[in-house]
Amino acid sequence: MSETPGISPLSADDQEPLRVVLAKLGFDGHDRGLKVVARTLRDAGMEVIYLGLRQTTDSIVAACEQEDADVIGLSMHNAGHLTLAPRMVQAVEEAGLGVPVVIGGIVPAEDVTVLIEAGVAAVLGPGASTEEVVAAVRAAVARQSPVR
Amino acid sequence: MSAPSLDELFESARTGNRRALGRLLTMVERQDDNAVMVSERAHRDAGQARVIGVTGAPGSGKSTITGRLAAVSGAARPAILAIDPSSPLTGGAILGDRIRMDNNVSSSTFIRSMATRGHAGGLAVAVPDAVRVLDAAGCDPIIVETVGVGQVEVTVAAAADTTVVVVTPGWGDAVQANKAGLLEVADIFVVNKADRPDARGARRDLELMLDLGHRGDWRAPIVLTTATEGEGIDDLWSEIERHTSYLHHSGELIRRRCRRRRSEVADRIELGLRDRALRIIDDQSGESAMVRVERHELSPAAAAEQLLATLIPDNPPKE
Repeated sequence: MSETPGISPLSADDQEPLRVVLAKLGFDGHDRGLKVVARTLRDAGMEVIYLGLRQTTDSIVAACEQEDADVIGLSMHNAGHLTLAPRMVQAVEEAGLGVPVVIGGIVPAEDVTVLIEAGVAAVLGPGASTEEVVAAVRAAVARQSPVR
Repeated sequence: MSAPSLDELFESARTGNRRALGRLLTMVERQDDNAVMVSERAHRDAGQARVIGVTGAPGSGKSTITGRLAAVSGAARPAILAIDPSSPLTGGAILGDRIRMDNNVSSSTFIRSMATRGHAGGLAVAVPDAVRVLDAAGCDPIIVETVGVGQVEVTVAAAADTTVVVVTPGWGDAVQANKAGLLEVADIFVVNKADRPDARGARRDLELMLDLGHRGDWRAPIVLTTATEGEGIDDLWSEIERHTSYLHHSGELIRRRCRRRRSEVADRIELGLRDRALRIIDDQSGESAMVRVERHELSPAAAAEQLLATLIPDNPPKE
């Protein structure tokens, strides 16, 4: 059998739609904002894999692997972001996924720096416009190495 | 770090590596240059898995049923391919099938969501390739779920060994079913949400219609389920297994798969020809056929004949 030729790596900056996994991590029942974000990203031409409520870091990592996702979007409204968001970033790193994590929801200003230092790619508050949401997601993917 | 070779990816996928399998599926989904190689490689090992199609109207409970089926199958590595429409305006999509599945499936179930990506013809070739990759990776059964609206979606779900059509009480009578084109493709009917009034009425409608005749010597059974509660799913799985054994001992499995591959090759030829045809049509120079159609010197039919002859020289235009 002849050797299989090397395959060209996939890059995130070509014409293919970005694939985004959206979820709420842990015990947090407010998914109205996440549904608005899902619609916003869809309207920006992205493919949104919507996991919804009560996900775990494991279930989100599994979904990312199976769906070959480019970015994770988490919605947080239960004041657990300082605990949960770094755990998500760590789980992504441990799985070797190289996928950025974007947080949206209620995060006090003084916590934003903490989350960014913990490896979160962007934090979007309640005032963020749809354009800002789309731009933040695109920027987070672009900042990640082009070869995933 | 260099990219893993195709063989490495397949090897990892076969041992259950979700990332490798996820990446291979992206390649065939994009239908780029890699896709042909991936398809070629997968085809060598494919043909082992049972392929089950699940289709029906939006909101009829397909995703819940599909998730439950994967769980009761008792299989080591079931896979689900859940197909949702892309927005024709933006190309984006919300793929929401997983929320109906995640609570019911085991972690060994591989779920992949796929958007139709606007080109209906593309779906007809991307899906068989995705199934082929899952098959070569050792997944079995492979359940393909599509919304049962539109010819292509129905056809995609029907390109399975066993096709399950899901309806709900109050969905309409047999005339509606005939219109939808779903009845011809059903090997098994499910009346889901059977806890609602008139589930038996829905069953009666289907029975009446089946009394009028069915293809071959298999009469599609009708299973009542309440998928959210898990009721009737065991019965449904038994009927799927009964159909699988019917396929084997009747020889129908070989015939079906043969037909499937034939139509896949035909679909690919059609897509390829269409691409090339569109390029010829877009040639607006000098005395091109399209220019003459615009001047009303040539009819669209005559122009098509002419251009077809350029595409396929051995097929001269009809007089």
